[in-house]
Amino acid sequence: MALIGSTRRSRATRVPPVVLAFVLIPLLAEAFWVFWPALQGFYLSLTSWDGLAAPKFVGLGNYSEMVHDAVFRTAAINTVLWLLLFGGLSAALGLGAAMLLQKERRGIGFYRAALFLPVVFSLVATALVWQAMYQPDGLINNVLEAVGLGGWKHAWLADQDTAFYAVIVPALWRQVGYVMVLYLAGLKGIDPALYEAAKVDGASRWQQFRFVTLPQLRSVNAVVLSVIVIDSLRSFDVVWALTRGGPYHSSELLSTYMYSTAFQSLRLGYGSALAVVIFVLAFGVIVSYLVRAFREAD
Amino acid sequence: MTATHATAHSEDTESKAGPAEVVAPRRSWLHSRKLRTTGFHLTASLLSALWLLPIVLVLITSTRTFDDIAAHGVGSWPHSFTFDSFRQAWVDGGQQRALINSMLVTIPTVALSLGLASMAAFALSRYDMPFRRVLLLLMLGGNLLPPQILLIPVSKLSEVLGIYDQLYALIGVQVGFGVGFYVFVLHGFMRSIPGEIQQAAVIDGAGPWQIYWRIILPLARPALAALTALSFTWIFNDLLWAITVLRTDTQMPITASLIGLQGQYVSMWNVIAAGSVIAAAPTVAVFLRFQRHFVAGLNLGAVK
Repeated sequence: MALIGSTRRSRATRVPPVVLAFVLIPLLAEAFWVFWPALQGFYLSLTSWDGLAAPKFVGLGNYSEMVHDAVFRTAAINTVLWLLLFGGLSAALGLGAAMLLQKERRGIGFYRAALFLPVVFSLVATALVWQAMYQPDGLINNVLEAVGLGGWKHAWLADQDTAFYAVIVPALWRQVGYVMVLYLAGLKGIDPALYEAAKVDGASRWQQFRFVTLPQLRSVNAVVLSVIVIDSLRSFDVVWALTRGGPYHSSELLSTYMYSTAFQSLRLGYGSALAVVIFVLAFGVIVSYLVRAFREAD
Repeated sequence: MTATHATAHSEDTESKAGPAEVVAPRRSWLHSRKLRTTGFHLTASLLSALWLLPIVLVLITSTRTFDDIAAHGVGSWPHSFTFDSFRQAWVDGGQQRALINSMLVTIPTVALSLGLASMAAFALSRYDMPFRRVLLLLMLGGNLLPPQILLIPVSKLSEVLGIYDQLYALIGVQVGFGVGFYVFVLHGFMRSIPGEIQQAAVIDGAGPWQIYWRIILPLARPALAALTALSFTWIFNDLLWAITVLRTDTQMPITASLIGLQGQYVSMWNVIAAGSVIAAAPTVAVFLRFQRHFVAGLNLGAVK
């Protein structure tokens, strides 16, 4: 530490201009494509705009319209449900898979790779793979028929009652491997002496999990939580590719509703307001992520 | 981050401890151990099979003929084998053009964003910049924003710049949006490089550019490799930015063109499956080739 401190001081004499440029160029690129558009986005949410004439300032009109918008309510509820279901299940299944596959042994590399492989697919490709399985004459219905559950057969994506859940499954299939990798790294970091001590104290496997593993994974849990919340609120591709939010908005998320409002109905002001709602939902997680990053950056 | 592998081995070696001292309780313990191992492999291979099933299925579907699918249903056993669907997706479905577009976007974007990010990370981690932490968090914060808030302004911005519907717009926004995250990860990595190396170079009369190019960048290679593998798949798999700043079918990258294929070849599952295989092949290749970097990258990005 002392050494680093002293090198810091000797470096502190002055920052050469070229080094300043090293920071400023990327910063300007980000300011141009992200910060400036983001500010515009907030402003546009206070306007009514068709993209052609000049935006008309309407104050909070877009937000008060949301209160009476049934589709918005569906999309908001679905987004929260998506967050809980997609988030909760991918965390639970990811942790489960990591627990199962944590020990280095023969064949483990294959099992891990199998679970991880879908992570590298685009969500669109993932969606198309599952779309074929969901067809009325597709694999899922055939399997149900074969095991005597023919009564459960569905047009999974065309049915209002099942479309939302049918869309979650492919998203989960792709996310579990990712969460597993994060948990595998976390599990590796746990000091084995803790388990030895727990065993000496006569702890059962469940108690070891409850009182050693889970507390030790606290920092990884925080990571997984932020990854999941940010990913959930960004979820768009898989829904767009499978149902476009339909049928009758039953699988609509705020992200898909925002996109169709803005780029298909060309209601750019209202679309911006929907985007601000997504931002507000994500805000807490973004801040907590930045706070952790801030501590780490020192 | 790269913690011990040692913990995992201890129990296994114990079980191979040697049959010489096998006594009754030891034998039953060994027996239950073997049962447990079998149980593990059974569970794990069932799980893997379940996970791989959709992939196997799409491969099978892509090699069936349309007549076969129409007659027996998309979920039946295959009664035909052909590679014609790949030709249809590749030539008639425009996947060839789309894959070229994807590469034209992905490769410059990866190079440009990692180049810019490594410069910023170098400056922020190796010099006492004023407002160092604020700048770092500002850049990271931009990357954490939900893209939805940017979509409308970015599409208008590219219209104003006269690059709407051109691949430059997609490259621009992908670089701008991604760079903050890469800066953050690379900063964390470069900070751990000892200061003495840099001091020695300064004494030898090296300027900042030489220190960056000759010393820090080569030392940061593991992090750069991990981020390259990761960012390649992210950018290649993107849909949202592409359909925001592009409009013409011939400009679309592969993910967006898959959606076009889906509309064009309704219920021709063989062509759609072939298209999905084509779209997934490059990232799968990157993953299989750079698996270690890939997994390392995911963990690098995780702020503890």
